Amino acid sequence: MAGPMKIRATAKAGYTDIRVLMNHPMETGLRKGSDGKPIPSHFIQNVTVKVNGKTVIEGQTSQAISRNPVFSFRVKGGNKGDKVEIGWTDNKGEHNQTEAAVA
Amino acid sequence: MDEARRVVLRSAGATGALAAALAAGLLRPQRALAATWNKAAFGAKNPADALKGIGAADAAESKDVVIDLPQIAENGAVVPIEVTSNVPGTTSIAVLIEKNPFPLAAKFDFMEGALPYVKLNVKVGESSLVRVVAEAGGKFYSASKEVKVTIGGCGG
Amino acid sequence: MLRVPSRALLAGLALTAAASLVHADDTNKEIQKYQRMTAESSPVELWELEGADLWKKKRGPNNVSLERCDFGMGPGVLKGAYAHMPRYFEDTGRVQDLESRLVTCMTTLQGFTEKEATKRVFGNADKPSDMEYLAAYIAGQSRGVRMQVSTKNPKAKAAYDMGKALFFYRAGAWDFSCASCHGTEGKRIRMQELPVLSSPKGARGTYTTWPGYRVSVSQLKTLQWRINDCFRQQRFPEPKYGSDATVALTMYMAVNANGATYRGPGTKR
Repeated sequence: MAGPMKIRATAKAGYTDIRVLMNHPMETGLRKGSDGKPIPSHFIQNVTVKVNGKTVIEGQTSQAISRNPVFSFRVKGGNKGDKVEIGWTDNKGEHNQTEAAVA
Repeated sequence: MDEARRVVLRSAGATGALAAALAAGLLRPQRALAATWNKAAFGAKNPADALKGIGAADAAESKDVVIDLPQIAENGAVVPIEVTSNVPGTTSIAVLIEKNPFPLAAKFDFMEGALPYVKLNVKVGESSLVRVVAEAGGKFYSASKEVKVTIGGCGG
Repeated sequence: MLRVPSRALLAGLALTAAASLVHADDTNKEIQKYQRMTAESSPVELWELEGADLWKKKRGPNNVSLERCDFGMGPGVLKGAYAHMPRYFEDTGRVQDLESRLVTCMTTLQGFTEKEATKRVFGNADKPSDMEYLAAYIAGQSRGVRMQVSTKNPKAKAAYDMGKALFFYRAGAWDFSCASCHGTEGKRIRMQELPVLSSPKGARGTYTTWPGYRVSVSQLKTLQWRINDCFRQQRFPEPKYGSDATVALTMYMAVNANGATYRGPGTKR
């Protein structure tokens, strides 16, 4: 089951600042386990950001993103109360999403 | 929801708008489909191939692509990078870590409403050039900055 | 025949010399930038937000949340509580730190047994522990608050004295004490400079980074974990979670850190 995920969205002057915090191993496939065998890669590949139901950003990511990813995005304008939804899918087909209102 | 279903649902529901958007030159066909993952580009083992994979082989150096990062990273496992593209009409930003086993780290496509900006934490395996490529009007603009790592971040 | 170095070569050498003179300053600046930028988008925030959810969650045999837990400033008052801990608690008759107080609340409010509450206090990268989430959240509520840990109460003073004695007490198979590593200026282990925790300067700089997200292991680590791991590194027996000894050591370091502003859970190497 996917770990916690949180969004911090704040209205700024002329834009909305969106920070999303994810819990994911982002395993590169290069690390070796205690048995000496490589730990299979397991990482987020797609991130989608929606504001008020409309997709504004589509991200493709690799195993080079740090474990427990944190991304910051900006959206033009925006108001307090706008709904921000962010979802991810990984190379194993797992996914998670969460939403928050702009503060 | 699996990829195939998402493709069918999205294109079925957006035919009219899709056609209009394509005609207006606002969308390239790839973006109209479900979330894809550029396997060729992400699987490239050197920066030149990675750039080719995203169509940016002819990227021109530009001062309008701004990278902010610490030049020394205490731990290569987490290197914060902040990118802004001041190139008008920027539709995407790609981040490459040139000396990583697979240089392409991420690519973000910006739709109407999004600002061409991203901050992210990346793994840097060894001291390397970080290259950022912005796409605007079908052309590519790039900038680079060096980061020295004291402990490599890729594991293994 | 003597070859005169080309002008280009001379210019290059001059630049290199100048560059190495300013290098140390620049290095420090860039390292500070690294620390600032990582703190600004640190995964640690996720622990605080998740801890906030756990704080409000009804759990245990009593199906009650932790929201009435008293950290010394009144039931449910969190702002500044961590910056005034460890402290003496009337209801338990003990000096307690953040983590042992969480155990108290889990047992008295939520109805867990002590065994249940301490079943899994230290998590791992795949699954953090509830204690870690809660510790991050509660400590985060003291962000920006000046540390003022009091030794006015006789038991608090006794804990401080015991902590100080323990800090300098050599024991274990290697005859180490905390002071062996943390008692003298200028020591380091590999790349890490060892802070002098018996002095205000060292304590202020270090104590205020705990609990902290360790980038190298992708986990939030608490002070109880840090002391536990120090004991392991010194080949001491494993201390009980929240024991009087660990609270006393925490008390000693916290009092030494008084006057510093607590900046919230840290992001560390």
